[in-house]
Amino acid sequence: MQARTETRPDLLIMPLILLAGFIAAIAEAARSPDPLMVIQAWTFAACMGATGAWYLWMYAGRTPQDELGPYANGVVRAGVVASMFWGIAGMLVGVIIALQLSFPNLFYFPDLAWTNFGRLRPLHTSAVIFAFGGNVLIATSFYVVQRTCKARLWGGSLAWFVFWGYNIFILLAGTGYLIGVTQSREYAEPEWYADIWLTVVWVSYLLVFLGTLWKRKEPHIYVANWFYLSFIVTIALLHIVNNLSMPVSLLESKSYSLFSGVQDALTQWWYGHNAVGFFLTAGFLGIMYYFIPKRAERPVYSYRLSIIHFWSLIFIYIWAGPHHLLFTALPEWTQTLGMTFSIILWMPSWGGMINGLMTLSGAWDKLRTDPVLRILVVYVAFYGMSTFEGPMMSIKSVNALSHYTNWTIGHVHSGALGWVGYVSFGALYCLVPWLWGKKKLYSNALVEWHFWISTIGIVLYITSMWVAGIMQGLMWRAYNDYGFLEYSFVEVVQAMHPYYIIRALGGLLYLAGGLIMAFNLWKTATAREDAPAVAPSLATEAV
Amino acid sequence: MSDKDIDKISGTETTGHEWDGIKELNTPLPRWWLGVFMACIVWSIGYWIVYPAWPGITGYTRGVLNHSQRDEVVANVNALKAARASREHALSAASLEQIQNNPELQQFALAEGRAAFGDNCAPCHGSGGQGARGYPNLNDDVWLWGGTLADIQHTITVGVRSTDAHTRQSQMPAFGRDGILTPAQIDDLVEHVVHLSGRPADERALRRSGKLFSDNCAGCHGPVGKGDRKLGAPNLTDNEWEYGSSREAIQDQIWNGHGGVMPTWAGRLSPETIKALAVYVHSLGGGE
Amino acid sequence: MDHGKLERNSILLLIGILIVVAIGGAVEIAPLFWVNGTVEKVSGMRPYTPLELMGRNIYVREGCYLCHSQMVRSLRDEVERYGHYSLAAESMYDHPFQWGSERTGPDLARVGGKYSDEWQRAHLSDPRAVVPESVMPPYRFLEQTPLDTHDLKNFLIANRKVGVPYTDDQIAHAREDLLAQADPNSEGLEAMQKRYPKAVARDFDGNPARVTEMDALIAYLQMLGTLVDFKSYRADAPENRR
Ligand code: HEC
Ligand code: HEC
Ligand code: HEC
Ligand code: HEM
Ligand code: HEM
Ligand SMILES: [Ca+2]
Ligand SMILES: [Ca+2]
Ligand SMILES: [Cu+2]
Repeated sequence: MQARTETRPDLLIMPLILLAGFIAAIAEAARSPDPLMVIQAWTFAACMGATGAWYLWMYAGRTPQDELGPYANGVVRAGVVASMFWGIAGMLVGVIIALQLSFPNLFYFPDLAWTNFGRLRPLHTSAVIFAFGGNVLIATSFYVVQRTCKARLWGGSLAWFVFWGYNIFILLAGTGYLIGVTQSREYAEPEWYADIWLTVVWVSYLLVFLGTLWKRKEPHIYVANWFYLSFIVTIALLHIVNNLSMPVSLLESKSYSLFSGVQDALTQWWYGHNAVGFFLTAGFLGIMYYFIPKRAERPVYSYRLSIIHFWSLIFIYIWAGPHHLLFTALPEWTQTLGMTFSIILWMPSWGGMINGLMTLSGAWDKLRTDPVLRILVVYVAFYGMSTFEGPMMSIKSVNALSHYTNWTIGHVHSGALGWVGYVSFGALYCLVPWLWGKKKLYSNALVEWHFWISTIGIVLYITSMWVAGIMQGLMWRAYNDYGFLEYSFVEVVQAMHPYYIIRALGGLLYLAGGLIMAFNLWKTATAREDAPAVAPSLATEAV
Repeated sequence: MSDKDIDKISGTETTGHEWDGIKELNTPLPRWWLGVFMACIVWSIGYWIVYPAWPGITGYTRGVLNHSQRDEVVANVNALKAARASREHALSAASLEQIQNNPELQQFALAEGRAAFGDNCAPCHGSGGQGARGYPNLNDDVWLWGGTLADIQHTITVGVRSTDAHTRQSQMPAFGRDGILTPAQIDDLVEHVVHLSGRPADERALRRSGKLFSDNCAGCHGPVGKGDRKLGAPNLTDNEWEYGSSREAIQDQIWNGHGGVMPTWAGRLSPETIKALAVYVHSLGGGE
Repeated sequence: MDHGKLERNSILLLIGILIVVAIGGAVEIAPLFWVNGTVEKVSGMRPYTPLELMGRNIYVREGCYLCHSQMVRSLRDEVERYGHYSLAAESMYDHPFQWGSERTGPDLARVGGKYSDEWQRAHLSDPRAVVPESVMPPYRFLEQTPLDTHDLKNFLIANRKVGVPYTDDQIAHAREDLLAQADPNSEGLEAMQKRYPKAVARDFDGNPARVTEMDALIAYLQMLGTLVDFKSYRADAPENRR
């Protein structure tokens, strides 16, 4: 491939978008009577300016080195770094809020509004899911789609716009929560203007991904890309519908959602559940379908299973949202649909687990020597576990007990730490040597340490939350011999104390594992090796 | 793509495609997997037939059971109430003495009272009824409005300075804030109150405060400060304090006249529950 | 069916996915706008007063919903602990809903009138001072922050645009009504209560000199669960069956 000298539309359009964003933000900052909006607008303007400067530095008068190779690797590398950064930040906030519930007298500050649990908790969920998970998804999808299509990312610098734009969205959202800007829609808290910005970014993402599929040199689209594609388009649909709202004015940060009450509740949990289904599941299955066969050097177990479980998974997931609203004021018929479809969802989910695990048949011995592969296997196991637990919790009589309790938190984190966390770790451990052109990781022993420390962390976290949650549910409904409630609410709060502490400890261990990993990856990327490495996937890059 | 490509380790045919070195086996679907999948679907169809499930234009399929979870919870609560009914009746008819002489009934009342106390009263009066600043202690024998079963029951029913039409009412004036007395006069009265509770106080102030007290305070707290239960005016001689014993606290009370609110529970709790609460509070140690 | 077609054509694959994922949501959500009985017929519901609305904004801003539900489920122990199960009608003016998904703290759907304003203030400022076992964060800064009402009318107007039936009269008098509710001695009291039946006017934060965020939040909390008249609600009426 040769350096492109012809006019590049992307290098015209991107700076124009940045300029438009910059001007809008400055105007907003100058005119808005809402102090929160002013802070957000300045933040956004600074981001637009910084990204514009970056574009200049990158493209003015030259074609970046990265654009000379067959694949765009720079943006993937940036995604890897961002993932690691946000992962640590998000987990740190998780540990802080866990400590707040354990030791409220030490970790609350009455005059510092931004340190309160109610502001930090969305920061945690957004940082781990959208910042950490999202960057992992964007980075891996860009990596995988190029390799499996034998094509460079479509759109020139558009992929970079996706990367910067997405991280600017995260920054806007995160700083917004701290100063008190939120829509209170779980996993969709950012306000209307951030939502609009994300829509622009997300459509660009879809374009890059589709464009690359379009350009592919392989006749067939690989299964990992089916999952990535379904993740990208469905999230677009969910995001747009769930965030329909009426701003108080164009100069105010606050907006009121288009729907109210029961309709709003189901829209939100249709979104919330499918954020799990498409962001945390379909996207991460895409990762699985590339990295497990690649690392194990084995073919995918069953093509037919891929087809059936892909279509059934994405069809059925959408119906399951009402399992977040069982026994509420949602009409009963809707609850029935939510519960039954959640149960039907069990096997489509396990189809993915089977395909992942069975791909290893013939390579089980590698688990002993390759800790990275071990992380990937444990991750599939956790997926199996949380997708068994989920349908179980959707059964009305079980949900009557589990809903509102820490059992849900246990379920969330068995999925989040075991599945989302581990597959991300596994993928990053693979990607760093590949992308930075190293033969191997700096230290396999540190990967072992990471694996064991974080596994103990997960076990402490989820067992404590299961015990706490079931206890909480049972205490709330316990009756004494005379037919009156046995425990008052605060007695149950008190009973949670030891479990909150164990959970915080588990989280701390998990975070420690993450720090070990960051160190290891840093050393890997910066290591000096004698001979230029030919990493397995780079070898196939000769196009 | 035409030749068959067999994976050596598993002996299974691949689909013949390859992406970045990754191939796919053409393994058939695991039968148990398909079986369980179908079973879940069949079970769900059964569930839809029985329960409300599918929406239509104005309604939804109601299911052969015509089930409603709202009917169900009402039925459950009513069943529980029915199981408690005979004792509840006995409780509401019984006098304090009858309750105390009937261990079975007393246990019942305490069980009911304790349950209601934890979620409704403990946030103000403390989990053991020990009270807090501004919220009276309920297990000592000092009572603002009376400590007999009937008094307590009435206090709980109507509340104090609450929104109930029949609430117990009386308001100590804000002598300082509303400028009824001067700061100096109030300082003297503080000494007076300190003295009433049997603690050493400034002699010179006491010489001035006697008249002040009988002019302004005795109407409610009585000539010697023993209080008046009709007005909920506390006894100032017992060294038990709702708002604190320090000079600052007493000064604050005379200056601002707190007038704490005890909510009415008439609409929120049933008369039986209130009676049980009264029995429970009465049993905490200070009942008369 | 030949799956290869979808595997070879990215646009076909995209369209296939879109169709498949659109169905479930459409079948479940859309009927909630028309199936009878979804939102029960009740009496007593009214839009929030301006002060309550601002209080609700603070409730959202501080993330109270992350620990507190506002949804008494139709389960026996919840009905016994918190009161009548929640109706859909009770959140019909809630943009967005605040049903919550965790109960680190108790349900608040019926907390209005349960405690005194003074208790609410003390509890919000320092929860462990009144309830030693609590893990709730302290919100002392609310007492010190004057309520920002610079764009008040637009808050009501935005709500009207999404369907809350605020009248022109209510919008025109938004500021007067807000001030009247925070000051029981104000002249505008009667007019305010006419526009918002059952609205209680008090100096909620114990500081008559100013209207703070604490005033607004407590006004909101004290209203929760007090609007619907359950005596006249008929669960078994055909229009309420669901
Ligand atoms: C919002 C706080 C609050 C709650 C909740 C509350 N109380 Fe009270 N209660 C008070 C205050 C304040 C007083 C003192 C009123 C006064 O100064 O006269 C009081 C007084 C009383 C008294 C009278 C004490 C005396 O010395 O005469 C009784 C009895 C009592 N409460 C019982 C209860 C019971 C039982 C409950 C639960 C059903 C309850 N309270 C809930 C605040 C509360
Ligand atoms: C109209 C009746 C009334 C008058 C007059 C009155 N008080 Fe009171 N006083 C009360 C009531 C009622 C309380 C109970 C606390 C509360 O709710 O404010 C009280 C409480 C007190 C307390 C706090 C007791 C405690 O347990 O903490 C002090 C001290 C006190 N009064 C002193 C005085 C003095 C001194 C005067 C005269 C300057 C006075 N009062 C005049 C009704 C009155
Ligand atoms: C970290 C979790 C947490 C957050 C955030 C939180 N609370 Fe609480 N809340 C609790 C707990 C635990 C209790 C029960 C113990 C107590 O009374 O303090 C409680 C109790 C309450 C109660 C008393 C309810 C009752 O019926 O006894 C009210 C009212 C309340 N909170 C309001 C709020 C408001 C308003 C906010 C936001 C500004 C908020 N809470 C934020 C945990 C929380
Ligand atoms: C078959 C698959 C699954 C089903 C049927 C399912 C079902 C459920 C149920 C019933 C709840 C509790 C709702 C409540 O009572 O409030 C829940 C909560 C949750 N689940 Fe799952 N689950 C599944 C898989 C997963 C996976 C793999 C993850 C994570 C990677 C996950 C993440 C979550 C999250 C984040 C919540 C909390 C939502 C909230 O209340 O904020 N779930 N799920
Ligand atoms: C160091 C590791 C972590 C710790 C200590 C931690 C801690 C916490 C805590 C304390 C909460 C609040 C629970 C409550 O309200 O009671 C929470 C919520 C949540 N966390 Fe984490 N977390 C960690 C990692 C993660 C990761 C890696 C993810 C996702 C990839 C994640 C996703 C979530 C989600 C979705 C919720 C909200 C659950 C709900 O609403 O039901 N967490 N976490
Ligand atoms: Ca949003
Ligand atoms: Ca005030
Ligand atoms: Cu879900």
